Amino acid sequence: MATTTMAKALNAALADAMADDERVLVFGEDAGQLGGVFRITDGLQARFGDTRCFDTPLAEAGIVGFAVGLAMSGLRPVVEMQFDAFAYPAFEQIASHVAKLRNRTRGALSVPIVIRVPYAGGIGGVEHHCDSSEAYYAHTPGLKVITPATVGDAYSLLREAIADPDPVVFMEPKKLYFSSAEASLPARTEPFGRAVVRRPGRDATLVAYGPAVPVALEAAEAAREEGWDLEVVDVRTIVPFDDATVAASVRRTGRCVVVQEAQGFAGVGAEIAARVQERCFHALHAPVLRVSGLDIPYPAPMLEHTHLPGVDRVLDAVARLQWDDQPDPRWLAEGSAA
Amino acid sequence: MTTTPQAVRRASPRTRPAATTPDPAHGLLPAGEPVRLLDPTGTPLPAHPDYPEPPAEALSELYRRMVIGRRFDIQATALTKQGRLAVYPSSRGQEACQVGGVLALRDTDWVFPTYRESMALVSRGIDPVEVLTLLRGDWHCGYDPAARRTAPQCTPLATQCVHAAGLAYGEAHQGRDTVALAFIGDGATSEGDFHEGINFAAVFKAPVVYFVQNNRYAISVPLSRQTAAPSLAHKGVGYGVPSEQVDGNDPIAVLAVLTRAVAHARAGNGPFLVEAHTYRMEPHTNADDATRYRDGAEVDAWRDRDPVTRLETYLRDRGVLDGPTAAAVAEEAEAYAADLRARMNTQPAVDPLSLFDHVYASPTPQLVEQREQVRAELAAARDEDGDA
Repeated sequence: MATTTMAKALNAALADAMADDERVLVFGEDAGQLGGVFRITDGLQARFGDTRCFDTPLAEAGIVGFAVGLAMSGLRPVVEMQFDAFAYPAFEQIASHVAKLRNRTRGALSVPIVIRVPYAGGIGGVEHHCDSSEAYYAHTPGLKVITPATVGDAYSLLREAIADPDPVVFMEPKKLYFSSAEASLPARTEPFGRAVVRRPGRDATLVAYGPAVPVALEAAEAAREEGWDLEVVDVRTIVPFDDATVAASVRRTGRCVVVQEAQGFAGVGAEIAARVQERCFHALHAPVLRVSGLDIPYPAPMLEHTHLPGVDRVLDAVARLQWDDQPDPRWLAEGSAA
Repeated sequence: MTTTPQAVRRASPRTRPAATTPDPAHGLLPAGEPVRLLDPTGTPLPAHPDYPEPPAEALSELYRRMVIGRRFDIQATALTKQGRLAVYPSSRGQEACQVGGVLALRDTDWVFPTYRESMALVSRGIDPVEVLTLLRGDWHCGYDPAARRTAPQCTPLATQCVHAAGLAYGEAHQGRDTVALAFIGDGATSEGDFHEGINFAAVFKAPVVYFVQNNRYAISVPLSRQTAAPSLAHKGVGYGVPSEQVDGNDPIAVLAVLTRAVAHARAGNGPFLVEAHTYRMEPHTNADDATRYRDGAEVDAWRDRDPVTRLETYLRDRGVLDGPTAAAVAEEAEAYAADLRARMNTQPAVDPLSLFDHVYASPTPQLVEQREQVRAELAAARDEDGDA
């Protein structure tokens, strides 16, 4: 088995999909000659020609709307939004057309397009380059929202996204692009709609996705020293969400912390925490806690470490899971103040 | 005075001989005046050098569809007043554009309509009950867009301009000579997606005709608040796209200009922009009060330029249309309206559980759960009704 990076796995997935299906077109800003600013489309134009992999005008609504029209003509567009926050001009096309066209036409038209979004921080990016925008898409019915955290998933989930009959917003954690792992490509991992237990444990479940998965795994490793045996569940596919795997894990462990890099308020982690308590209330020994980024605009490179949820913040949350069966004293204080 | 390089550069344009290279905008700018083949009374103007008159059979069909289209529009407005439609945006007064737009196309071409194109869609042969499905309060677009090669009527302004570019490029990419025609109004030309759509179409040489019906108002906002351009057609030059203005109440000119624009696109020359100067005789929708923003004299002046009367006068004068034929067309239009009235007289059956169909190709587990919940709610409601 060879060592490869997530960036190379994504590139291989695009190349293999283009080789297998001539309807697949790959385009975006700098996606052609340059191979993308993260080189995810590297070499595709040289191999498949500039009618299958090409640069576009710098206009994200145009890129996504163009993909809608291409899909209507029977093609399979895969578009690149250069950075998370650069995708916002495309939001009207995504929310009003990409997500709804199948529904509005009773299935007569579908939009099998993939919108690749390099997202989240931890790379020292300047402003507007590090947003975690997954909640906007996950809140929009009609979209599938996928985020890999491993090299194998990067390949397999992207291949599945391109083959999927529905539009997929494919969120790529930038800080994991150049993380390497042993993987034999073409890899096939669990399909859409399935969360995966990355690390089994008995005492509490950490539920994480995308860039937060390595943080959760590292925290679980560190927790051994504290005497906690933590399970880590990788969500992988935010929509469709795998309630069954997450709930089964929490029922086994009786405790749950949801970890996400995004700001917390009204985020995906809030949804997961709510779903867990709705399904696992009687199995829980402590409230479901969330560990997230702060509710602030994504900070400058010199301050981003303050924002990003790290191992310590996760372990602090784990420590508050009422191990001695006493309620968290902070909630008692809040209650008496009220 | 010392001669710095800067000074030399500044001086050079004055000393350089007159430019001999052609103006790169040559051939892109529209004529200063809208193309017109009939005067407002229906009297033919001298032959136009670029726009020959379409054949008589095409003009007879144009007339027939305009008469039916107008009768449809009147019927739809009446159905709204009777509560059969939730809302109806009329295009009365724009018959030449609505019908001319689709008559210039082949059945294999694609239309990208806005919500004001109901008349165009029935003119394309789509069942009027299907066309009005959304407006009567149902959740889907009514017709099969793939089979009719007509996108769902687009409410978010100008977004369809980009879809048309993608569709047209995709068709060409797959070796088909399809043309896409995107309808758009004057107000929507201010939206970013108009710019992005026409720019993408131009850069990728996509065969699209962008057809702006400039009816002077975006609900209440006049054209002067949309643009400072000499005309909306002039916007084409900024994208390298040729354009033309046309008298949108001259049906013959509209059909002639659009026929040429479609041929331009189909021949592989990229997109073409047409601006038709016309007027919406009715309010924006039944919910609008147009007297708050335009006066009766202005409306009356446009009534005198009525496109249906104008074409009928011309065709009668030319001997293409006679009394019995005109009567037969009127009778066909009445029958069309009567049939529509009868079929719209009952509320459509809607199944709440169908809300979960087609959100995804296959429902997510969460949607399966919600569907079951709604099914149980409906069953409980039926039981309560049964008990009462």
